[in-house]
Amino acid sequence: MESEWKFTAKDIAEKPDLFMSGHKACAGCAPATVLRLIMKATRGPTIVTTATGCMEVVSSLYPQTAWAVPWVHTAFENAAANASGIDAALKILKKKGRVKHEHVDVIALAGDGGTYDIGIQALSGAVERGHDFLFVLYDNEAYMNTGIQRSGGTPVGAATTTSPAGTVLPGKLEPKKPIADIMVAHEMPYVATASPYYWRDLITKVRKGLEVEGPAFLHVFAPCPRGWRSDPAKSIELSRLAVETCIFPLWEAVNGEYQLSPPSKVYALAPQKKKPVKEYLQMQGRFRHLFTPKFEKLLDEIQRITDLKWQKLLKKCGMA
Amino acid sequence: MKSIVEQNTLALSGNEAVAYAAKQSDVDVVAAYPITPQTIIVERFSEYVANGEVETAFICTESEHSAMTACLTAALTGARTFTASASAGLALMHEMLFVTSGCRAPVVMAIANRALSAPLNIHGDQSDSMAQRDSGWIQLYVENAQEVYDTIIQAFRVAENHEVLLPAMVCLDGFILSHSLENVNVLPDDVVRKFVGIRQFPNVLTHEGKMAPLKLDPENPMTMGPVAFPNYYFEVKRQQEEAMKNALKIIPQVHDEYAKISGRSYGDGLLEPYSLEDAEVAIVCLGSTAGTVKTVVDELRDEGAKAGLLRIRTFRPLPVNGIRKALEDVKVVAVMDKCMSFGGYGGPVFHEIRHILYEAGKHPTVVNYVYGLGGRDTSPQQIRKIYKDMQKILREKRVKNPVQYLGLRE
Amino acid sequence: MKPKEKSWKEISIAAVCWKPSTETLTGDWKTYMPVRDLEKCTRCLLCVLFCPDGAIHWKPEKGDIEFDYNFCKGCGICANECPTKAIEMKLV
Repeated sequence: MESEWKFTAKDIAEKPDLFMSGHKACAGCAPATVLRLIMKATRGPTIVTTATGCMEVVSSLYPQTAWAVPWVHTAFENAAANASGIDAALKILKKKGRVKHEHVDVIALAGDGGTYDIGIQALSGAVERGHDFLFVLYDNEAYMNTGIQRSGGTPVGAATTTSPAGTVLPGKLEPKKPIADIMVAHEMPYVATASPYYWRDLITKVRKGLEVEGPAFLHVFAPCPRGWRSDPAKSIELSRLAVETCIFPLWEAVNGEYQLSPPSKVYALAPQKKKPVKEYLQMQGRFRHLFTPKFEKLLDEIQRITDLKWQKLLKKCGMA
Repeated sequence: MKSIVEQNTLALSGNEAVAYAAKQSDVDVVAAYPITPQTIIVERFSEYVANGEVETAFICTESEHSAMTACLTAALTGARTFTASASAGLALMHEMLFVTSGCRAPVVMAIANRALSAPLNIHGDQSDSMAQRDSGWIQLYVENAQEVYDTIIQAFRVAENHEVLLPAMVCLDGFILSHSLENVNVLPDDVVRKFVGIRQFPNVLTHEGKMAPLKLDPENPMTMGPVAFPNYYFEVKRQQEEAMKNALKIIPQVHDEYAKISGRSYGDGLLEPYSLEDAEVAIVCLGSTAGTVKTVVDELRDEGAKAGLLRIRTFRPLPVNGIRKALEDVKVVAVMDKCMSFGGYGGPVFHEIRHILYEAGKHPTVVNYVYGLGGRDTSPQQIRKIYKDMQKILREKRVKNPVQYLGLRE
Repeated sequence: MKPKEKSWKEISIAAVCWKPSTETLTGDWKTYMPVRDLEKCTRCLLCVLFCPDGAIHWKPEKGDIEFDYNFCKGCGICANECPTKAIEMKLV
């Protein structure tokens, strides 16, 4: 599945920001970068709906708004249900001659809270009903807006405020829910993963998701310096390392057919280039306890799980 | 000049009457989830869709929470939306009811009143909608299937009025009304269509610095549902209260306009007094029970008793002045509540009647009868007992038990 | 003197936002600011793309980029990602 759109960095840089400056996100917030890039990928009239969370709160502090497009927020668990209502209304009003636009794209945005956990029902339902919308998950791996509590997207060994690393427990014990694979199992037209460092790949995937007639799901990796206790300047670098270590591989599933994306293909073809997970983990304070004698065994475990999942993905992509 | 339109009589249950009224009202989006005793509404409506009788997007959402969400965002996108629920489904929507009224979306919802769990009970009482009386929704309670047909149509006009712009729920007693067949006179399609018209949108100031119609439209981008800190939240809520005040004016207006076409009216649209002019003892109640009470009142009047009834049709906004005036000269009032407010010394309607009479110059003795919970049947004999009790209070000038349970096995 | 907040009668209904976020100059959050070496800069535009705040603009008419210190929060992503290390974070 190819997108017709060809673009250069200049083309993207010249497009006005539909997610405007002056938003109240932390310095070094990768989700904010992700949002800017997503809005650069829009192709015409677009309505955006966001679940409660960091990106909603920092962008819509009444009476100010950072959104240059029609935008609505209603609650935490229902970004996909929001999109369902908007999609249905647009279609029927168009039929009745009350909407003048030829087509309006609908984008639903949610964090890992509003997707993995409280949001999964609405997401699953909206996808099953086949609404025409793109659901983008900006994954910072915890409920950041309420103070860094663990979510279904928090990885093994990460310390959060509800899964802290103490003297007995080494942070979160449960594995990260494979949300993108769950969405593939819905037999939906398009599922993909992306990372902001690989901006071209991300923008292309957003455009593909919008072009799909029906539901599309994009899982975007979005480091949070505050919650991950990492250097704000390194947020984009972390999003690169996640791919280089194969912790967050980039792929697409078009009608269920998995395909590895170029940035991750590198490591399938040249496995020696794959970086050890340690390099990624040591940059984040939320994994600091793994570098102590008490919990360092977990480091090997994380490497093992990462390698296992990577092999499974290669098999699905026919590159084992 | 005779302006009443010729109407067909159909045999419809309350639910079918709701679906029929929604069918005629040019609804754009219906997002709904089934729950007893509302199921017939969504089933009938989906038949209309399947047969091409309506131009409506029908979304079978995966839960009531998503149903209300989808209705809300569809309404914000400019659609006329309708849904229905009851009991646990309405309870599940709780969060979204407040969001819908806060966003000023004129969603219309039919509630087939049913008891709340636990224990599970599918039968009719009013605890589900009473639990939502603070949600900022207009609440209208109907007495029969004819009224629910008329009221659904009126509800679209009331909700969409620019001075109101609040969502509205029309409540009909579960099973008693939802499933009972009645003769319902229905207006012709074109008359209803003309009455409800096409949705219009008031202008609001957007971040682009210009006034634009209140809806999600790429033509005029605007941000809805923001986060409002303590410096502004209060003001937004005060606006909602103003809208409720305006509804007290608009509901009778729409009701009267409709009465001219249909030939049917329900008091002034807010309250329906029955045999109340010189009544000494009166019942205040909501919904289908009023029908039973009317029968008993007629009998009592034949026997010479000065008995009356005040049926509250509009519960939110509460018609304070109307109620005060109607009960001014009554000596004893028994408020019937098909709902309990645990630990609250009586039911919710009892609370509201007593509190608004507090400032009235003269007011009756007010007592409470909690009844019909979980669909417990209420007979004319039981209603008679209430009037008997009230006459005893009148004679003895004292109240032994202000709060009683009608039909409870003690 | 700060302007008085509006009364409930003065604001539009439904809490629709009536100001753009650009009225908040988040640039005053920063402790460090990016300073660019014009000779090292290859105008690759990566900094423009990666800035979380859109505080670096590509000016086609100038053929060059421009930092908008009104909105730059001083996170340092641009300096960290610059392929030629043309950006240095200096204390404000």
